[in-house]
Amino acid sequence: MDFRFTPEQEAAREEYDAFFDEVMKEAPENWLGTLEDVYSTKEGNDFHRRVARMLGEKGWLTMVWPKEYGGQEATRVAQLIFLESMGEHGAPGYDTQGVGMLAPTLIRHASEEIKREFLPPIARGEVTVCQAWSEPNAGSDLAALTTRAVEDGDDFVLNGQKTWTSGAHFADFMYVIARTNPEELRHRGLSYFVLNMKETPGLTIRPVLSMDGHHLWDEVFFDDARIPKRNLVGEKNRGWYVVLSGMEHERSSLGGWVIECNQHLKKLVQFCQETNRGSEPLAKKPLVRHRLAQMAIEIEVGRSLQYRLAMLADQGALPMHEASAAKLYASELYTRFSETVMEILGLYGAVTHGSKWAPFLGTFEFLYQMAPGWELAAGSTEVQKNVIAQWGLEFPRPY
Amino acid sequence: MNIAFTEEQEMLRTSARDFVEKECPARLVRQIEESEGGYSPELWRKMADLGWMGLVIPEEYGGVGGSFLDLLLLIEEMGRGCLPGPFLSTLVLGALPIMAAGTAEQKEEFLPKIAQGEMILALALTEPSARWDAASIAVGAVSEKEQYIINGTKLFIEYAHIADYLLCVARTKDAPTGRGEDGLSLFLVDARSPGLKCTPFKTIGSVPQCEVVFDNVVVPAKNMLGERDRGWPVVKDMLERGAIAKCAESIGGARQVVEMTVAYAKERVAYGRTIASFQTVQHMCVSMLSYADTARNITYEAAWRLSEGLPCAKQVASAKAWASEAYERITKMGAHLHGAIGFTRDHDLGLYYRRAKAATLAFGDPDHQREVVAREIGL
Repeated sequence: MDFRFTPEQEAAREEYDAFFDEVMKEAPENWLGTLEDVYSTKEGNDFHRRVARMLGEKGWLTMVWPKEYGGQEATRVAQLIFLESMGEHGAPGYDTQGVGMLAPTLIRHASEEIKREFLPPIARGEVTVCQAWSEPNAGSDLAALTTRAVEDGDDFVLNGQKTWTSGAHFADFMYVIARTNPEELRHRGLSYFVLNMKETPGLTIRPVLSMDGHHLWDEVFFDDARIPKRNLVGEKNRGWYVVLSGMEHERSSLGGWVIECNQHLKKLVQFCQETNRGSEPLAKKPLVRHRLAQMAIEIEVGRSLQYRLAMLADQGALPMHEASAAKLYASELYTRFSETVMEILGLYGAVTHGSKWAPFLGTFEFLYQMAPGWELAAGSTEVQKNVIAQWGLEFPRPY
Repeated sequence: MNIAFTEEQEMLRTSARDFVEKECPARLVRQIEESEGGYSPELWRKMADLGWMGLVIPEEYGGVGGSFLDLLLLIEEMGRGCLPGPFLSTLVLGALPIMAAGTAEQKEEFLPKIAQGEMILALALTEPSARWDAASIAVGAVSEKEQYIINGTKLFIEYAHIADYLLCVARTKDAPTGRGEDGLSLFLVDARSPGLKCTPFKTIGSVPQCEVVFDNVVVPAKNMLGERDRGWPVVKDMLERGAIAKCAESIGGARQVVEMTVAYAKERVAYGRTIASFQTVQHMCVSMLSYADTARNITYEAAWRLSEGLPCAKQVASAKAWASEAYERITKMGAHLHGAIGFTRDHDLGLYYRRAKAATLAFGDPDHQREVVAREIGL
């Protein structure tokens, strides 16, 4: 057992910190360090892309990729050290959907031709990617999806509707799961595709605003959308297994929420030292101290869990239920954190972005409204618990 | 970075688990609970014969020179089987501080006996104020020629009534206001000293605790452990190690409760199917597992930092607060899922339920730990 960073890892961390210190000086005004910055304004998305290209040049997007696709075959621990530095700076540039999820899926399942087409632009940080999985009637029960893909000559023709597609309005590439064999029930008969949105006719993107009015998600409509047959990833009708391997990547890469909370906690500690309520600073009130300490404890626990996951992955096997446990913990922490902050800020906490009375530019009213989404995204709390129950505890399928 | 235990450590764990299962079944745990001493001399002897008392004691004093992490593995397994006895008290709160702060003469006198299983130690720290901070210590020691005279009352002292020596924390100088750490000294007090009166009482966790009254108890000056008036750093280190050891004991118990409950859910039938097939039951078990796993992670990470001598006040306090509350919640959910049978004196669940509460209180409860964390994050 050894939790020490190597001298190389320590040096790398310093390099990342110095890089992001510099980069964040260029951040647009009112940058909060959340996903909202990246997806809800053109200016924020442009900054994200600028940083992504710099990260691409440094080789920091592809650390854990195999060398033959331009990666360094670094450990997951090494990557986590990078992600922590990025998270603590509230910096953009790392597209979880592309770098973290589509790329490893393609590396594992796609044809050489598709890898050559899609991986290099992701590695260079030139593109952003979106995930077209959920549908209006297929969320937690993803295998109930009805979007169809029909073979026609050299193409597949897609028809149907996806929703909750993060960042589709700015994305270049998309990965889709669609039904190729309607005779087969549920997860049998599904196939996985990747496509270049700029080269695909028949796509319509419409915004879905979240409850705070921001535009992070979209609906995506396929109307006879044609994609070349070669864009099929994995075998036809066996796309579900490709989806499953991607889920593990997604769920195990959400530790950023823990770091995000830590970044906010530091700001909040300072706020409580500087802000008087009554005759003394908030930081002197036992209830405030204990609540913030509890958050620090839970962040510490979450961080420890992220490193455990990275180390397990580095040892070779990352059981699916371990990834689910980490996602579950991180999203519930995010919820509790947002509740705690709002309680501490009191009336000020509810003032929205844009008012001079909003502490931290309204970061926390935003967090509070985002939290329910994180307990649903990438598999709801209940879905994660089902996974852990069945794979981690060997329970039967629930009644 | 590497999260795995060494092969030797895994072997130690396996043999410890086998030993606890075989030599300390729940029946014996209950028997010991009912006994006056609260421990079994026969079991203690068997553990000593396996070399457990000498695990962390250096070879030159008759031990095997193992690590603090090794010790935690043993304690975790003891927690799994609710093994009663003054192991934590003698090793973590006795041997380790003597190794860290003792004179050559003290090491020579105490360590070989501990390693042989021939000496039991108890930490006499807390007082009727029921606090774990330096400022609350009022028991005083006054120097007189080559000796000290101790007066005052210690309370909640585990296993003092069977200990050969008490490690007593006493005030040797009035502390300046706000600096309670100043002026504390540690003494190794022979439990048979005239004027020392020990009255045991039972507790929810089945570990006997004592009121220990010092009435002009004379201690030779050579029995002072560490420097005069500067004993607090030794105590602080002891409390951190004690807290982590208690976490290890807790996660051992917690994991056992998770396993018991999952197994029970898979066999208990209601409405024509096992209760394991109900999602509500499954999700409660998942929460239990999550508490157990997260508590274990944070405990061993903090333990590693502690044993490497790295700054770890925040990690230790976080681990203690989290593991304590995790163990409590696990035993509560476990009791609930067992239904009424888990509420009975005959069922093993209660052994853990009661110990979880006692573990929470030991070495600073979660509120105490949160205050430590609050200071560590700059509040």
